[in-house]
Amino acid sequence: MPANKAPRGSLINDPAARAIFFQILVLGGVLLLGWYLVSNVMENLARQNIATGFSFLDREASFAIGESMIAYSPANSYSQALLVGFLNTIKVAVLGIILATVLGTIIGIARLSSNFLVAKLASAYVEVIRNIPVLLQLFFWYAVIGESLPGPREALNPLPGVFLSNRGMRVPALGDDPIWVWVGVAFLVAVVAVWFVARWARKRQEATGQQFHTVLASIGILVALPLLAWLLGGAPTALDIPALQGFNFRGGTSVSPEFAALLLGLVVYTASFIAEIVRSGIRSVNWGQTEAASALGLHRGTVLRLVVLPQALRIIVPPTTSQYLNLTKNSSLAVAIGYPDLVSVANTTLNQTGQAIEAVSIMMAVYLTISLGISLFMNWYNKRIALVER
Amino acid sequence: MKTKIIAAIGTALAIAFGGGAASAGPTLNAVKQKGFVQCGVNTGLPGFSNPDSQGNWTGLDVDVCRAVAAAIFGDAKAVRFTPLSAQQRFTALQSGEIDILSRNTTWTLTRDTSLGLNFAPTTFYDGQGFMVPKALGVKSATELNGATVCVQPGTTTELNLADYFRAKGMQFNPVVIESFDEVNAAFFAGRCDVYTTDASGMASIRSTLAANPDDYIILPELISKEPLGPAVRHGDDEFFDIVKWAVYASIEAEEKGISSANVDEMVKSQDPTVQRLLGSNPGMGQALGLDEKWAYNIVKLVGNYGEIFERNVGVKTSLKLERGPNGLWTNGGLMYAPPIR
Ligand SMILES: N[C@@H](CCC(=O)N[C@@H](CS)C(=O)NCC(=O)O)C(=O)O
Repeated sequence: MPANKAPRGSLINDPAARAIFFQILVLGGVLLLGWYLVSNVMENLARQNIATGFSFLDREASFAIGESMIAYSPANSYSQALLVGFLNTIKVAVLGIILATVLGTIIGIARLSSNFLVAKLASAYVEVIRNIPVLLQLFFWYAVIGESLPGPREALNPLPGVFLSNRGMRVPALGDDPIWVWVGVAFLVAVVAVWFVARWARKRQEATGQQFHTVLASIGILVALPLLAWLLGGAPTALDIPALQGFNFRGGTSVSPEFAALLLGLVVYTASFIAEIVRSGIRSVNWGQTEAASALGLHRGTVLRLVVLPQALRIIVPPTTSQYLNLTKNSSLAVAIGYPDLVSVANTTLNQTGQAIEAVSIMMAVYLTISLGISLFMNWYNKRIALVER
Repeated sequence: MKTKIIAAIGTALAIAFGGGAASAGPTLNAVKQKGFVQCGVNTGLPGFSNPDSQGNWTGLDVDVCRAVAAAIFGDAKAVRFTPLSAQQRFTALQSGEIDILSRNTTWTLTRDTSLGLNFAPTTFYDGQGFMVPKALGVKSATELNGATVCVQPGTTTELNLADYFRAKGMQFNPVVIESFDEVNAAFFAGRCDVYTTDASGMASIRSTLAANPDDYIILPELISKEPLGPAVRHGDDEFFDIVKWAVYASIEAEEKGISSANVDEMVKSQDPTVQRLLGSNPGMGQALGLDEKWAYNIVKLVGNYGEIFERNVGVKTSLKLERGPNGLWTNGGLMYAPPIR
């Protein structure tokens, strides 16, 4: 407390007391408004005889869903159906974020290329794609896939076992053999091993200056371990190959036209924004840095990796985070082209049960959680890559 | 789609802030005050509700709303139309955005109860059918195991489809698209083997949208009962009565042989039931809170049920539908109006 505090006057003149008073007033007002809204909702719904509450979640959904990552049938509950929708949203968002980052980075770097044609093509891409509404692009890709590919009976067969038709793409799947699980486990083990090798190599270089072929070693480990597991398991070669049966192909795994169009649309659209972010990030690093690094005799790639990128990433990461959020939220446009994402399933639930408020709350809560999750992760990453001042 | 989420949030807000008047109260007063009936219809299903190039709506569902407007205002044009997808329709009615929902909507127990609706009498008895390209060589719905099926979400169609394949122990792969244009495009581009919806809608889609209607056949099975009719909000009995009796009046008029052509003659009829209906013997209008000419106006301006049916979906239209179950009960159909007295 500062010693020269004003003499105690009446409470009304005390700024601290006044601040507390107004905060209580505002809080009270908000609570009152909330209470009014909730009670008004309940009253209006009751008068119109509209069902309320979340008990519908346990009831049988009775509608089918086109694609699902978990077992689902119309006999399952609404909550199971919503879970299917949620996982479908996550699937397209995760793949979309990865692919958009890769494509966006390539195009962003291409825009800075000294090759005239490459640079111009990249800027044309950015200017065209980011100025067309993403919904139109989804319709476009969906129409292209639907109209240009033949029916299943005349399916294209570009590679043995791979079939392309307007029902989507069918590719062979691994046969039903327990060993594939172990191959997967071996791959995960390999990933962990690679991490340790990279750490060891870095430590050694810092200590002794000796370099190690980390990339080659990593590829070796990633291939060798799963291969070993497969060989030990008796090297099964049985594949589940799709075959035309009745109306459509059976067997193998498939990518639906709806999923393909949605993923393509989201990736192509978001990549155009990420490209601009990457370009401005790289531009923001003073050219003198590159020159200085080159003067020290570093390779071009090393300059980019060790000098330019660490500084550029500080600029790139925050706006890229909002692009990831945009992509995830834009994935709700899936309903327009029939991909069963969370919004699509929740809308159907809303419509069949009539419980609009509950269904909309579920959707909002889920998107809020996903968005906060992405933000938290990206904040953590941003802190990690922030320049450490020495 | 985003617009729909916004609509749903709008409903939530309307229900949260709206007082009784906006959502449930005396709809008739509100309608009289604004001078027109706000009617939710299909986004464009020829025969049921379809806008022409000047934005004039025609169709059986449209005429139901016109009949209500004729009964209330003596003016069949005092209607404004709100095109709605299957998913938007109930929230639009619940939130008070529309006064009547007349959009080939099936009367079901859940909709009548948990969704807070009241269904006026059925204006079209229908059932769900399947349409397939002729080239597939399918003759019956029982051969559809493994098929890919195009369907619109938020419909009874979607539920009946799942029920039917479950009951038959068959597999199918649904392609669920909300927009009517998109789902039609997907089917005609060959994304699906089968298209399923109400048989009447199916006839309309086939005759108006297929490049060559003869390339498609509608399978013989009807897998459900789809009584289609107008719905209003639960809790406003006065307005519910008006919509209900507007439909009955058009059916009763057909039974009594009163049509838009002869209604001015029939006003002079000596038959007491006709006199009560057309208001030459007053009382019925007052009971409904309407002008005594309410039923006269319906028949004069819109027509009796038979005229409405034949004009929009009958054998002389491109839909070529027979009266079948939609005939008068006196002809072996299901159209039956309780006594107007
Ligand atoms: N009668 C069914 C289905 C009604 C329905 O939506 N039918 C479709 C296919 S005929 C339709 O009218 N679509 C037009 C549109 O979405 O505007 C129901 O009430 O759920």
